[in-house]
Amino acid sequence: MYAQMVDTGVQRLRSTEELDGDERHFQERIDAGVRIEPEDWMPDSYRKTLVRQISQHAHSEIVGMLPEGNWITRAPSLLRKATLLAKVQDEGGHGLYLYAAAETLGVSRDDLIDALHEGKAKYSSIFNYPTLTWADIGAIGWLVDGAAIINQIPLCRCSYGPYGRAMVRVCKEESFHQRQGYDIMTVLAQGSAAQRRMAQDALNRWWWPAVMMFGPPDTESVHSAQSAAWRIKLHSNDELRQRFIDQTVPQADLLDLKIPDPDLRWNEARQSYDIGAIDWNEFHAVVRGDGPCNKERLAARRDAWDRGAWVRDAAAAHAEKTTIERKTGETR
Amino acid sequence: MKDWPLWEVFIRSSHGLAHKHVGSLRAADAEMAIGNARDVYTRRNEGVSIWVVRSADIAASSPGDKEPLFDPARSKVYRHPTFFQLIDGVKHM
Repeated sequence: MYAQMVDTGVQRLRSTEELDGDERHFQERIDAGVRIEPEDWMPDSYRKTLVRQISQHAHSEIVGMLPEGNWITRAPSLLRKATLLAKVQDEGGHGLYLYAAAETLGVSRDDLIDALHEGKAKYSSIFNYPTLTWADIGAIGWLVDGAAIINQIPLCRCSYGPYGRAMVRVCKEESFHQRQGYDIMTVLAQGSAAQRRMAQDALNRWWWPAVMMFGPPDTESVHSAQSAAWRIKLHSNDELRQRFIDQTVPQADLLDLKIPDPDLRWNEARQSYDIGAIDWNEFHAVVRGDGPCNKERLAARRDAWDRGAWVRDAAAAHAEKTTIERKTGETR
Repeated sequence: MKDWPLWEVFIRSSHGLAHKHVGSLRAADAEMAIGNARDVYTRRNEGVSIWVVRSADIAASSPGDKEPLFDPARSKVYRHPTFFQLIDGVKHM
């Protein structure tokens, strides 16, 4: 998802009976549905895992601004341009809510951003794919934001208070993102033959990466059990993926677009769609840093950070100067 | 930006009676904090007024003090009007 394969640092999940003292009390609170707040005692591994998960989520939001930013100057109308600007601005805001939530765990935002820029922290695999045509902006809103909503709605109820509250704000805004994407796809799908081809081509390229966003299959996700016990992961990767597929296939049908999966079938017994094999080698390559745009994305982030350094320095110098003026009673 | 302090943001909505805490952000000074709060927390007409306060200046009760602070109010049901039964026929009270 926006946070994929988050390492919990835990080898084996222990039952509540095996825990004692603070740790047992902590697990009992989580089991009883009581939210954990920043001042509360928490195991080190819980804190570290949350920092990884929330910061990865935050990094995904701000790196996610890049593929879409690519089309702001080339949006086909003023309304589309204003809408896309608003969406990209929202993503920046989501990053900020999430960095603020991570900071309540005792880390600094600067350190988290440094980790991203040094390539030590991950962000979602999905943002390492290029946006080649305008239809890609439609596909991202529809599929990528659609997948994000499915992942984020349960997280509103996660055990860590500041993370859950950040998710509530994010989810409120995300539904606009998905609808504007589907609206772009609708217009293209109902347009000329060339526009229809463009919409289909975007769906062809974004479908599988979107399906992979939910992370490795349950049989291979080593850290899920601990995250589930801590209630920072409320549904398994495969459960969420299935929900996404079942929700999205009928939406593609309505546009008369074809999902690029020859094995896609409605399974009457399961009341769900069966899908073909997912190419996990591609997913792992992208996570490893070998996706189509990994290097370009990180370079763009570092470049923006470096070129903004003088603004940050100037703001700090200005704040310091006005503080001194106030203290010494000088006026302008 | 190493030294940008953390600010808590409070917004009053157009129908709201009081400013409500909405989140936090980092900014070099109060003016920038208000500007950032406007961009981050009021993009959809959420507010008509913004307060920003440095997080370091907020004193808060501790989670451990919950019982001594708030338990005494629980037993004082007579503080609520519904505690008192009115006799039949009383109107406008």
